[in-house]
Amino acid sequence: MNFILQGIDWIFDPARWSGPGDMQSRILEQLAYTFGAVAIAAIIAIPLGLLIGHTGKGRDLAVSLSGGLRALPSLGLLIIFALLIGIGFKAPLLAFVILAIPPVLSGAYAGIEAVDKRTVDAARAMGMTEWQVLTKVEVPLGAPLIVAGIRSGILQVVATATLAYFASGGALGVYINDGLATRNYVELLGASIVVTALALILEGIFALAQRLIVPRGVTAGQVKDVRSRPVRSRATVGSPIQEGK
Amino acid sequence: MNWVANNLGLVWSLTLIQVALAIPPIILGFVISLPLGWLANRFRVTRGALLTISGLLYTIPSLPLFIALPAIIGTGILDPVNVIVGLTIYAVALMVRQTADALASVDPDTKQAATAMGFSGWSRFWKVEFPLAGPVLLAGLRVVSVSTVSLVSIGSVIGVTSLGYLFLNGLQRDIPGEVISGIVATLVIAIVFDLILVGIGRLLMPWTRADRRAGRRHARRLPVAAVGA
Repeated sequence: MNFILQGIDWIFDPARWSGPGDMQSRILEQLAYTFGAVAIAAIIAIPLGLLIGHTGKGRDLAVSLSGGLRALPSLGLLIIFALLIGIGFKAPLLAFVILAIPPVLSGAYAGIEAVDKRTVDAARAMGMTEWQVLTKVEVPLGAPLIVAGIRSGILQVVATATLAYFASGGALGVYINDGLATRNYVELLGASIVVTALALILEGIFALAQRLIVPRGVTAGQVKDVRSRPVRSRATVGSPIQEGK
Repeated sequence: MNWVANNLGLVWSLTLIQVALAIPPIILGFVISLPLGWLANRFRVTRGALLTISGLLYTIPSLPLFIALPAIIGTGILDPVNVIVGLTIYAVALMVRQTADALASVDPDTKQAATAMGFSGWSRFWKVEFPLAGPVLLAGLRVVSVSTVSLVSIGSVIGVTSLGYLFLNGLQRDIPGEVISGIVATLVIAIVFDLILVGIGRLLMPWTRADRRAGRRHARRLPVAAVGA
């Protein structure tokens, strides 16, 4: 525990917060990687996820793709990009985009899939076009899971962005590199505490945002008792429900 | 690719080390989260507490966790135990929720029928609830296995040798083939582990083969989350 107190002292050392390469800029670099990578991943993965969730096509491919990407070791991915496209911020950013795609993609298609198919059929029966069904029914109702996917993407990248220093890409890992090189355990611990605090703060903010973003109608219909499970029949998209047969 | 041909022995021995570091967290995570998951499913109070704690533990990035563990549990900084304990924490964090969901997925009517047939609480758990929760448990275990295998290599940063050594050494010596062989070996381990888990599932739960649709419905409940470095 003594080490942890020393680590906290290290963080609040005034020298840490001034001059070139100070703590503020390291934290900003870490956040820039996080939001940059997740934004790019969202631009790619959310339309794809919505398409898969809405049409039900390519679902198996998406599942195995996101599972396979998940097995990729982040460190190896980052280093191979650093070797192939050179050091700097591009290699880590590319690696982080690839890391962020699986959670964002699976959140998007799981969100759409989780929408009660009877609701979708009702929307269609009311004369909504497919685009209206997607944007006015499926996306709002699937929003909790879509946001959860983005949230876990952010969480993953904010943690992994520490490794950017392997490609000389800055961020908080620079302190870890220093600490390892000089065998300074207190510095290692201090940097670790900052990274962890950053992750916890972002998680907190997003947990709150997730609550605010969910339409009121969705929570109103939710089952409060976590142990009971609604029995939901699934109608197939695009084909009539065969009732009474 | 010349490098790979000349260093197959090294890659193989590092692969074995990676496997040895990945197996204990997966098994320990499963065993530890069974009682915790049961508690989380059984009582409302413990559910909130356990799921919040496991959610927070899951949020801690792995590299900082590996660095901080020696200060908390008093191990040496280069001790592989740090990596095993750290990965076990993630496995438990993931599996507690999954175990609670798995036990909740058992049809209450089935449980009541078991009680009516004279099962005691203990034997009803092991003979009825646990097997029926199997498919959902297996789905969680597969996620744990994949993420554990890929996270082991982060340990190399703090000096716990594994396939991550190939990444760091390949970076220093500028040999892309070395880094790629490390990535491929990690993927192969993850796939083999997954096949083994699926195989065990088929052996122990033969009924899931007939009941594919139910299995698929459970598979959808996979956690969206994954741990970063």
